[in-house]
Amino acid sequence: MTLREQYVAFMTIVRKEIKRYLRIWTQTLLPSAITMSLYFVIFGSLIGSRIGEMGGFSYMQFVVPGLIMMAIVTNSYSNVVSSFFGSKFNNSVEELLVSPTPNYIILLGYVVGGISRGMLVAVVVTIVSLFFTHLQIHSYFVVIVIVLMTSTLFALAGFINAVYANNFDDISIIPTFVLTPLIYLGGVFYSMDLLPDFWANVSKLNPLVYVVNAFRYGVLGVSDVSLPLAFGMIALFTVLAFCFSMHLLNSGKRLRQ
Amino acid sequence: MIPALTIENLSKVYGDGFEALKGISLEVQQGDFFAMLGPNGAGKSTTIGIICSLVAKTAGKVSVFEVDIDRDFAAAKKYIGVVPQEFNFNQFEKALDIVINQAGYYGLPRELAAERAEKYLKALGLWDKRDVPSRMLSGGMKRRLMIARALVHEPKLLILDEPTAGVDIEMRRSMWDFLRKINAEGTTIILTTHYLEEAEALCRHIAIINKGEIVEHSSIKALLRRLKREVFILDCVEEAPETVQIDGFVVRRIDSHSLEVEVEKGQFINQVFDELGRQGIHINSMRNRANRLEEMFVNLVEGAS
Repeated sequence: MTLREQYVAFMTIVRKEIKRYLRIWTQTLLPSAITMSLYFVIFGSLIGSRIGEMGGFSYMQFVVPGLIMMAIVTNSYSNVVSSFFGSKFNNSVEELLVSPTPNYIILLGYVVGGISRGMLVAVVVTIVSLFFTHLQIHSYFVVIVIVLMTSTLFALAGFINAVYANNFDDISIIPTFVLTPLIYLGGVFYSMDLLPDFWANVSKLNPLVYVVNAFRYGVLGVSDVSLPLAFGMIALFTVLAFCFSMHLLNSGKRLRQ
Repeated sequence: MIPALTIENLSKVYGDGFEALKGISLEVQQGDFFAMLGPNGAGKSTTIGIICSLVAKTAGKVSVFEVDIDRDFAAAKKYIGVVPQEFNFNQFEKALDIVINQAGYYGLPRELAAERAEKYLKALGLWDKRDVPSRMLSGGMKRRLMIARALVHEPKLLILDEPTAGVDIEMRRSMWDFLRKINAEGTTIILTTHYLEEAEALCRHIAIINKGEIVEHSSIKALLRRLKREVFILDCVEEAPETVQIDGFVVRRIDSHSLEVEVEKGQFINQVFDELGRQGIHINSMRNRANRLEEMFVNLVEGAS
């Protein structure tokens, strides 16, 4: 395929993905807005007012970046895992597999679909958060780069999950038993300073700690971990996830007989 | 003229050890209408799966218009349009979107994709249903949608895996007409089917696969010439006698106005008419009892097992 043809194929996948999640917006966009509003009300306003300051900011200001990042992580992941597994389940993935579209274009198409949903939900959640607190961005560069890197990483993770999934239960196991605990223990609701040294060190094995703290730095200018380390870790995980996804596609594992 | 498809010593062993293909070789010429027949599990769909990359081969070589799929699969794929046995589109997408997206996967710009989608959806009688979610289409419409999708990039080789399965007679005939038309326009067609009448009506060449091996690969005419016997149904003008005997022929009375006659190779049906006339039995019409190819197919498959 020429580069122009590859671009057409890529845009076809992205357009299809965006159309899919917009068509079912009550299942894809609305739940995050409602869930995050509840978090803002309960943790931010009701409980947060009794907690006081954290990291030099009101508790509401402190949790907002983590909650936005939580929405990005879950949406970019779940978009790719549900869409790609769905296409495996109804065999429509064969439309792509029989075509000359290169594997990396297939992967990029789905990943960009996941990124776009993650970012759209981030915008929705940010707008909702403005009803509860005032937000000012410390570094637009950090915010944009970290959002792109994080949504890419979790879209790739969703793709890997989709390839290995055999049924619809398999696409909810990882989000429920792995992703959610990692997010909750990733410093969304608390500062690492509150943890004893041992658990603070254990937390550093959690990739979500780097994601949440790097984003919090971009918004508030504070972070529990070093920014270069956070970028390095996210980049490393992203490269590994991309290479493994490409290996799965090239080998045809669980996609071709 | 280069062949449309060349398969050399193709074999496939699945993970559980099942040997689906045992080193088959065949060639399909450009412009041909080629039938691939065989009982369930014979290896037809595996062969098609390998040609269009849904199944990984174990050994052998496949070339499409002399492009080796191991060397440049992307180029080979551009030549191929495939209509699978099972519905394999997103049931929530509209018919038009399914066809346009498929064009996009082949790199066709959006405007051209829209033009082509309109052309083939109209040709297959689906244009009125273009905005209907595909799950709402009837079985026959879904099959035609898959044909439109397979043609949208205008492949030189169209492969159809049992395209008329579960389709009513009228729809089947109209699909036949459509396939004949695109074949006449230059598209090479490979068809698998369980309806042997379909293969006989449409195809010029045939391969019969049984248990992963090709047991026959020739023209349909040559195959039919080898028939040892044909059975005809004769419709009588008046009521036929209870027993009818003609020397050298097996004659059975099926009902009050129908007789069945077996004609061996080398015998002439005229002899039957002459003798029946002498016995005062007048015939007003005649037809083959069973599909002739079916008889040959059963002989070949049973002979191989």
